[in-house]
Amino acid sequence: MDYFAQQLINGLVLGSIYGLIAIGYTMVYGIVGMINFAHGDIFMIGGFIALISFLILVSFGLTFVPLILLVVLLVSMAITALYGWTVERIAYRPLRHSFRLAPMLSAIGMSFVLMNYAQVSQGARVKPVPPIITGGYTLHESADGFNVQLSNVQILVVVTTVILLGIFTWLVAKTRLGRDMRACEQDQTMAALLGVDVDRTISMTFVIGAALASVAGMMYLLYYGLVDFSMGFIAGIKAFTAAVLGGIGSLPGAMLGGLLIGLIETFWSAYFSVEYKDVAAFSILIIVLIFMPTGLLGRPEVEKV
Amino acid sequence: MAKLAHAAAAPAAAATVGVGFILKKALISALVALVLFSLMIGVRTEAGPEGGLIYWTRFGDLAGMVGGVFVGSIVVELLRMWWGPVDTAKMMPAGARKTLGLAGRVVAPALLIFTVLVPVIFYNQRYILDLGILVLTYVMLGWGLNIVVGLAGLLDLGYVAFYAVGAYSYALLATNFGLSFWICLPLAGILAAFWGVILGFPVLRLRGDYLAIVTLAFGEIIRLVIINWQGLTGGPNGVSGIPRPTLFGIPLSPGPNGLAAHLGIPFSPTHRLVFLFYLILILALITNWATIRLRRLPIGRAWEALREDEVACRALGINTTTTKLTAFATGALFGGFAGAFFATRQGFISPESFTFQESALVLAIVVLGGMGSQLGVALAAVALIGGFELFRGLDQFRMLVFGMAMVLLMIWRPRGLIGHRAPTVYLQHKQAISSDLVKEGHG
Repeated sequence: MDYFAQQLINGLVLGSIYGLIAIGYTMVYGIVGMINFAHGDIFMIGGFIALISFLILVSFGLTFVPLILLVVLLVSMAITALYGWTVERIAYRPLRHSFRLAPMLSAIGMSFVLMNYAQVSQGARVKPVPPIITGGYTLHESADGFNVQLSNVQILVVVTTVILLGIFTWLVAKTRLGRDMRACEQDQTMAALLGVDVDRTISMTFVIGAALASVAGMMYLLYYGLVDFSMGFIAGIKAFTAAVLGGIGSLPGAMLGGLLIGLIETFWSAYFSVEYKDVAAFSILIIVLIFMPTGLLGRPEVEKV
Repeated sequence: MAKLAHAAAAPAAAATVGVGFILKKALISALVALVLFSLMIGVRTEAGPEGGLIYWTRFGDLAGMVGGVFVGSIVVELLRMWWGPVDTAKMMPAGARKTLGLAGRVVAPALLIFTVLVPVIFYNQRYILDLGILVLTYVMLGWGLNIVVGLAGLLDLGYVAFYAVGAYSYALLATNFGLSFWICLPLAGILAAFWGVILGFPVLRLRGDYLAIVTLAFGEIIRLVIINWQGLTGGPNGVSGIPRPTLFGIPLSPGPNGLAAHLGIPFSPTHRLVFLFYLILILALITNWATIRLRRLPIGRAWEALREDEVACRALGINTTTTKLTAFATGALFGGFAGAFFATRQGFISPESFTFQESALVLAIVVLGGMGSQLGVALAAVALIGGFELFRGLDQFRMLVFGMAMVLLMIWRPRGLIGHRAPTVYLQHKQAISSDLVKEGHG
């Protein structure tokens, strides 16, 4: 039971990270109708920028951890958001009205560009960081020596995710920008006729998605203590799986899917085999698409002739 | 008419766009670049000698990059002014069509004759022969994937899985049971086709992007299973000692039983290279021939109909299930053949050869070739693999350049080099149209 509880905590933390990335996929898919293949690499870039800004702040002699974390969070969100904006501007906007394969291939190309850009500029080796946040709580002590631990990093990851999700939900539900985004999702031409700046709204979607991905990158860095130029690919596919599982286009669905994928992956590693955890995640994707193509919270897609 | 007016207005518009506008745009680009590159280029991190991370600054590089973006932005703006608004011609003019048709008739046989003569011309240049074999392997893969993506319109991002199945089938059958290449080749193809059907079943109901992501996941699953099933596949260490192909039982080796001894000529290692070259050429041509013939059969026409509009297809009584499954199986079959050839050429295979990048490369070849055009795919394979070889010196920049090229090509020619539809059935006279005119459904 203790082992189960521990895995549950681990799975929820991992799931929060996946959920943050999945929101970017689901938003872009909802509005533009394309899989933003480069999104996983945006997450990786976010991790790198968090790492570098963290190193610089520490070398300047800053020691107050909450302040460091806040500055790193803001810097990496800002710069990564600009990456998201640039990627959309360069690779997707010229292809907005092209045939359906073109933006997808352009996105795959962009994913290679970002991945190898990180490799060339920062080197191919894994970058480890010492634990920044230490300590935690022991929730339950058992007789056989296995204690259920909840570390401060895990609390931080979950709390940050919940706060961001709250801000984001408010943004989509209550603000002008959110209304524009929902309008573009339904009908771009009609939205444009009614005075919505479609280009700007789509840009903002990418910016927000990238900002959330950068937070996920920073959380990954804090939780696992390393970044690596190739980590975006697998994380990206899993987050996309999460988005599909939850129902693509649905924001609560993305978060729910992220949590489920995190839990499935963790429990699979814990009870079956670590080697096949990615296979499990991908098999889930295939099974979900066969039996529930619209996901858990998605709307059924009706094709009109 | 409207287009003409547009073109006439272009120089006038260009005149009003002043130096100020260009400078402003370039400045903004440079500013964006400064922020983007500030941390990633300006600072370099590395694990230090004591295990902790250290960093050092590279402001020179950063300044160079930002300056490059500034200048590049000005150049791009000037070029855009020079060319005016880019608009692709929707309907090819009659003259152009005639020239293109003639070129199409001449280029393909000329290329084929040249390819057949390559081992004769470059007999002593091992490097060129090796490169030729590599290019032909990709031509074959491109033609195989073209059946799935180009003809049937099913976006497959996991084609490398079938390549891997073919390669491992041959490698394992040959090393474990001692079967010869010529027995294993069809077996590898059949096994790959079998996996194609297995993948095909679950994805029958999926369309477009969903299909793409599931095929990608499938490709990754195959790779991960190969890595982790160490008892069978040797895991990350791969399979080595794969037997070389024989000319129907006669090995291409020195010694009394070799081909050279039979023919009474001195042995040379180049013989095997030439043999491999012709082997892959024949395999590729079989793929091409099968595709051309299949296009004229009901099944091929059903594929193309499926690509254009699935709903209409079903309304006309085409069984979309079998149509999709045969497309996957046929594409996978040729992927399996190519895989078996790859295994026998290398003599060693490992999961590293079957990554997603490989799938993306083959897909890029098909799309760049114009999705459905056999000649286009061959030309695209030559261009891409040749380009890859050109950048071999810049090893770590290779994938970076490849990615950029993919983005730029998509922006420049989203329909590929030869983006047209050549119908197999026509009224009165054959007429190819630009594929920009075709509104593809979601296959």
